[in-house]
Amino acid sequence: MDLALTIIIDGLIYASWLFIVALGLTLVFGVLRILNFAHGGLYALGSYGAAVAVSAFSGWGLGGWFSLVAMFIAALAVAVIVAPVIERGLLRFFYGKDEVLVLLITYAIFLMLEDVTKMIFGVDPYYVFEPRNLLGNVELGSLFYVGYDLALMGLALICGFGVWFGLNRTRIGKITLAVINEPEVSQAMGVNIARVYLLAFGLGVFLAALGGAFTAPLISVQPGISVSVIIVSFAVVIIGGLGSIPGAAIGALIVGLARSFAVYEFPEAEIFIIYLVMVAVLIFRPEGLFTPVKARKI
Amino acid sequence: MKNTIDRCGFAAALAMGAAICLSGPVSAQETFKVGIVTFLSGQAAQSFGVPAWDGGKILVEKMNAGEAPAPYDKKGFGGLVIEPVVIDEAGGATTQVQEYRNLVQRENVDVVVGYVGSGDCLAVAPVAEELKQFTILYDCGTPRIFEDADYEYVFRTAAHATQDNVGLVRYLKATGVDIETYSGINQDYAWGHDSWADFKAAMGQIYPDATVTAELFPAFGAGQYGTEISALMQRRADVVHTSLWGGDLQAMILQALPRGLFQRSQVALSAGDHSLPPLGDNFPEGVIVGARGAYGFMAPKSELNDWWWKIYTDAYDVMPVQAPYRMAQALLGLKLAVERAMEANGGKKPNSEELAAAMKGSSWESPGGRIEMVNGNGHQAIQPIGFGRSMKNDDGHIVLGDIIRFPARCVNPPADMKGIEWIEAGFPEAECE
Repeated sequence: MDLALTIIIDGLIYASWLFIVALGLTLVFGVLRILNFAHGGLYALGSYGAAVAVSAFSGWGLGGWFSLVAMFIAALAVAVIVAPVIERGLLRFFYGKDEVLVLLITYAIFLMLEDVTKMIFGVDPYYVFEPRNLLGNVELGSLFYVGYDLALMGLALICGFGVWFGLNRTRIGKITLAVINEPEVSQAMGVNIARVYLLAFGLGVFLAALGGAFTAPLISVQPGISVSVIIVSFAVVIIGGLGSIPGAAIGALIVGLARSFAVYEFPEAEIFIIYLVMVAVLIFRPEGLFTPVKARKI
Repeated sequence: MKNTIDRCGFAAALAMGAAICLSGPVSAQETFKVGIVTFLSGQAAQSFGVPAWDGGKILVEKMNAGEAPAPYDKKGFGGLVIEPVVIDEAGGATTQVQEYRNLVQRENVDVVVGYVGSGDCLAVAPVAEELKQFTILYDCGTPRIFEDADYEYVFRTAAHATQDNVGLVRYLKATGVDIETYSGINQDYAWGHDSWADFKAAMGQIYPDATVTAELFPAFGAGQYGTEISALMQRRADVVHTSLWGGDLQAMILQALPRGLFQRSQVALSAGDHSLPPLGDNFPEGVIVGARGAYGFMAPKSELNDWWWKIYTDAYDVMPVQAPYRMAQALLGLKLAVERAMEANGGKKPNSEELAAAMKGSSWESPGGRIEMVNGNGHQAIQPIGFGRSMKNDDGHIVLGDIIRFPARCVNPPADMKGIEWIEAGFPEAECE
C-alpha cells in the first residue's frame, strides 16, 4: 500500500510538471497548427530567467515568498519579449505552409535559442534552490516530500483550469475558438486574426517559460536542459491528441504514472516505458486519445 | 662573374642556414603546437572541460615562462614555445573525428591532447593510429581503449574507471562501513552501467553477503530525480552508490538533500569532487566522495601539488578539482616525453614516432601522485586514488576529511588483465600495503 501511494505521488508530481510544459505545446498546435519544437528552448529561457530574477530579487532584499513572484515575472518577461519576435518576426510568414516545413523552422529556432541562451547566460550552471525550501516538508506514507514539489500539482491545476476557462468562458477565448475553426469567416467578421495568433503563441511561450521557471529550483540550470523536456512533452501531446487540453492532462498523467511505476519495478525501462505507452496508444488511437473534433466544412 | 659567385655563395649560405635551422637544435622561436580538445560548451563544460582547460592554460603559461618547479623547469617543451590550439569537444563522436583530422591535417599540430567523453576517445583512437599522430587521451574513463585494442601512437595518461569503484569499495571497508544492503543510481549510458558493474563486482568480493535493493538508471541529463529518490529512500539501503556527474549530480544532491536521503543512507559518489566548488557549503555532510584520482583535497602533500594548487587558485579563485589535475598530468608527462625525445634525437623537434617511443612505459610525478604508463603495453596509465568524507572545517565550510589514498597497484588491474576480470578473480596481484 505504501509502495502504491509512493508511486502515485511521484507520478503525480512528475505529471504536473509535464502538464504545465505540454499545455503550452498543445495550445500552440491547437490554435496555430504549429508543432513548436522551440518550446524546449523557451522552457530553458524561463529557467534561466527565473534563476537571474530570483538572484536579483534576493539582492534587493526581496527573498522568501518574493522569489516565487520573481519566477512568475521572469516567465512573463520571456513571453512578452520573445513571443512577438518569433511569431511576428518569423512564424507568420509560414502560416498555411506544409506542417513539416514549419516544424523545421521551429527546430531552427530551437537551435538558435540554444546559442542565444549560451551567449546571454554562459555555460556555467545557475542555482536557485532557495524557493524550494519555502513550503517545508510533508510526510506522506514512509517518506518525506518537499512541499514545493507537491505544490506543482496545484500550479498545474491552476494552469489547466485557467487555459480551459480562458478558452471556453471568456470573449477572447471564444473568438480564439472561432479562429481555430473558421479563420476566414472570423476574419470576415472583423476578428484581428494576427492578434489572436500572437496572443495564443504568447500564452504558449508563457506556459513553457513558467514550466522552466518553476523547475529551476529543482535543478542546476545549465545548457542542455531544453532537449529532454521537448521530447517527453511531444510524447505527452501525441498520447493525449494534438491540440487537446484534456488530452495533455491525461497524457501527462499516464506518462507520469507509467514512468514512476517503471522506476520502481523496471528501472532499466524508465525511458522506454514512455515511448511504449505512446506506441500502445497510437496503435489503437492513431490520432491520440482526445483529438479535438474538427467541424466538417461544406 | 664575381657577382655570380657572390650570388651563388649567398644562396649557398642561405641554404646552409636553412638546413641548420631545420636539422639542428631548435631555435628559441620555434613552437610546439598542441591541439587541446575538451568540452567548452554543453553538459560537461562546467564540470570538466572548462576547468580542465583553465588548468591547462595556466600551466602552459607557467611552462612557457620556465616557472614550473624541477624537473619541469625548462622553458616550454625543451625550449620549444608551447602553442595551444583549443577545440570544443561538443558535437558527438562524428564531429570529433572531423575536428581531429582538421587539427592534424590543417592545423598541423604536433600532438593532440584531449577528450573527456569515452565515446569520443573510442572514435578518435583508430583515426590517430591511421594518421600516425601522437595523441594523448587525458580524461575519458572507459577501460575499453586499451583492453580491446592495441595502439602505437595513442596514450592515456589517466587511469581508467575500474579504479574508481574498486577504490570506493576498499574505502567503505577501510572506514568500517557496515553494509548489508546497497543501491545504485547511475546514468543510462556506458559510463553509468560500467561504473555500476564494477562497483557491484567489487562489492561481491569485499562484501560478499551484501545484497542489492535498487538499481536505477535515469537518462543522461534527466534533471529530475524525485521518483528515483523516493525509490532509494523506500528501499533503505545502507549505501547508495552513484557515478552521476556534472549538472545531473548537482540536481540529484539538491533534490535529495531536503528529503533526507543523506540521513537515511550512506551516499558514495565515485566521481563527485567537482560538485564541491559549485555547491559550496550546501554540499551535504557525511558523503563519501571520489575524484577519479588523488586530486583536490585528496592530493598527496608535495611541493609540486602546493605549487599547482597555488597557481590555479591564484588565477581562478577556486580550488582545482579532478579535470584540471588530469589535464596537468597529461601536459607534464608530455613535456618530459618531448624533452626525452629531443635528448635522443639531438635536440630537434620530435616527430610522432619519437614521442611515442619516449612516452611508452614512462612515469612521472604529477600533482596527484606518480603516473605510471604500465598497462596497455605501456600506453595506459595507472595512478593512486583518494577518497574522503564531506565534513565541516573549523570555519564551518565543507571540506573533505577522513582521507585515504590507495596505491595505484591496489586499485588497478595488472597489465595482462581486463578490469572486470581482475575484480571477479578477486584482485590477483593487488598491492595494497
